[in-house]
Amino acid sequence: MSAGILVLVEHLKGAVADITFEMLGAARQLAQASQAPVHAVLVGKDVAGLAAQLGAADAVIVVEDAAAELPSTELVLAVLRQLLEQKQAGLVLLGGTNVSFGLGVRLAARAKLPFVNFCKGLRWDNRALVCTSQLFGGKILSDVRLPDGRGVISIYPGSFPADAGKSDKTPPVERLAAPAVQSKVVFRQLLEPAAGDVDITKQRVLVGVGRGIQSRDHVQLAEELAAALGGAVCASRPVIDQGWLPLSRQVGKSGLTVKPRVYLALGISGAPEHWEGMQNSECIIAINTDPRAPIFDGAHFGVVGDVLELLPLLTEKVKARKT
Amino acid sequence: MNQIVAWKPVPDPVEELAIAADGRSLDPEVIRFKLGDADEHALEQALLLKEKHGGKVTVVAFEAPEVDDALWTALAKGADRAVKLVLNRPNPGTAELAAALAHHLTSTAGPMTPDTLVLAGSQAIDDLEGELAPYLAEILGLPYLGVVSGVTLSEDGRTARVLKEFAGSLRGEFEVPLPAVLGIQSAEKPPRYVPVARVRAVMKSGQIEVAEVPPREVPQKLLVERMYLPEAAGHAEMLEGTPEEVAERLAGILAGRGLI
Ligand SMILES: Cc1cc2nc3c(=O)[nH]c(=O)nc-3n(C[C@H](O)[C@H](O)[C@H](O)COP(=O)(O)OP(=O)(O)OC[C@H]3O[C@@H](n4cnc5c(N)ncnc54)[C@H](O)[C@@H]3O)c2cc1C
Ligand SMILES: Nc1ncnc2c1ncn2[C@@H]1O[C@H](COP(=O)(O)O)[C@@H](O)[C@H]1O
Repeated sequence: MSAGILVLVEHLKGAVADITFEMLGAARQLAQASQAPVHAVLVGKDVAGLAAQLGAADAVIVVEDAAAELPSTELVLAVLRQLLEQKQAGLVLLGGTNVSFGLGVRLAARAKLPFVNFCKGLRWDNRALVCTSQLFGGKILSDVRLPDGRGVISIYPGSFPADAGKSDKTPPVERLAAPAVQSKVVFRQLLEPAAGDVDITKQRVLVGVGRGIQSRDHVQLAEELAAALGGAVCASRPVIDQGWLPLSRQVGKSGLTVKPRVYLALGISGAPEHWEGMQNSECIIAINTDPRAPIFDGAHFGVVGDVLELLPLLTEKVKARKT
Repeated sequence: MNQIVAWKPVPDPVEELAIAADGRSLDPEVIRFKLGDADEHALEQALLLKEKHGGKVTVVAFEAPEVDDALWTALAKGADRAVKLVLNRPNPGTAELAAALAHHLTSTAGPMTPDTLVLAGSQAIDDLEGELAPYLAEILGLPYLGVVSGVTLSEDGRTARVLKEFAGSLRGEFEVPLPAVLGIQSAEKPPRYVPVARVRAVMKSGQIEVAEVPPREVPQKLLVERMYLPEAAGHAEMLEGTPEEVAERLAGILAGRGLI
């Protein structure tokens, strides 16, 4: 039997995040070949109740920590290091999310293991584990081999089917006392986003603008199309960071997840962090000057063209059809 | 306040990226380097803090063909020192870079002073081995927070109040004592603009320091076995024609979906 697999359960505000099921599914698949046990590691305040959802694991290890609403990273690190030894585990799967961000690097540094980021594919090659990662905003893939199958791997959200990590089975639960740790970082509070003027998660059509829109003034062109279609304008991160639209309009990893009937991606390259938030839209239409923009790989319809030229034309055509 | 902004230039993905003949790295011939958005924001956040609390900002960047321009611009924007780190090693991984940077910081500045804040970009598009900032924090034994989108300092200057992004525009508020390392995702304000004339003036009066750092061996070094272009599972149906024709077809698709 080969070394066990630890899956760090990700949860926020009392809910298990989807990435956890993706990771459990990936771990199950790896365990099938290696016969290694899969341990789900659940750390936090009042989290024991979440264990029932983790039946895809061979066991759930629960570490209750009453100290704070969010477990400190130092505590999570101490737990994982302890379990690497106790369970003779060789592989740790973490979410490639903002929550687990930075954790993998620190665990790898302390446990002297390799760390693989942006992972979207895993396969055994005899005793070696081959990890496929997406780099450069999804434009390049790279394969890395972990010769003895040991390492810390950050799983990119949306890479593995979540359903494979769900099970009705009741998993055995083991309790582990929280190791005493000192953390210099102190959690204070969660800040809910300010409600925006429109809720982009409730629109049937979204006009998404990216860096390709080039200036604040041009956002108006998108507003006009959205108005003609009875939808709203949303944006990728660079547009929000420039202050051209409020945070409530951001789609993606740090922003909102949307699922409209039609999502127009205008001057958006389709970086994984944006794709994460709109990939489940019923129909995706992309306009981009770069014929190799990754957005075209996932969109339903694509146009290689200048959004500044096409936007006013399209608005005109839409208006013409309404009269 | 002693602020250090750490930059790791990355190949610009807007260029056509090609794979080198060895099949394991990017073809260096076609790479143009640039700063990631997060690196630009890290400088902006440092400058905002300097405006409020004084002190100095040092930008330390790894050598890349276009990095001088970025460093001159940083000086023009208000950074006090610009340092270019030269690491004579092909394709260094992020862990190696962090080790070299840690060596530079501790050998030139001594141990981190109690008023030191190191700001690096949160994550780069080529961070296969993970992000620079937490590696650096581990080596320096300092606390770290990542995906940061806001930093303010307590009155006594000893503690930073840090906003960290989660999903769904939810943010967490944390406190961390200095010295600390932060991975900046966005500054509180968009990065400032600086006129070209100002950059030119700085190029005449200022200087970019160059420091050579010895390569460091790290256990995390990943060996890339193969680098390749993704084969997309699918591809969009591409609409062709004049802009007029394309707009008409798009309107047709929208109408077909019941949106008009
Ligand atoms: C931790 C983390 C969290 C993140 N969270 C998010 C998030 O929540 N949401 C998000 O969106 N991003 C997020 N990002 C950033 C993400 O990685 C990308 O940088 C971002 O999505 C890129 O936005 P973009 O496509 O608008 O810009 P770019 O990638 O710069 O793309 C611009 C595109 O516009 C095209 N273009 C230029 N001019 C024109 C024109 N005239 N007409 C048509 N097309 C044109 C270009 O060809 C290019 O493809 C996050 C990153 C990190 C590290
Ligand atoms: N498994 C987890 N589930 C929920 N929250 C976590 C988990 N791991 C870490 N966190 C929180 O996320 C933060 C990560 O911050 P960072 O230092 O940027 O990695 C930590 O301070 C914790 O509060």
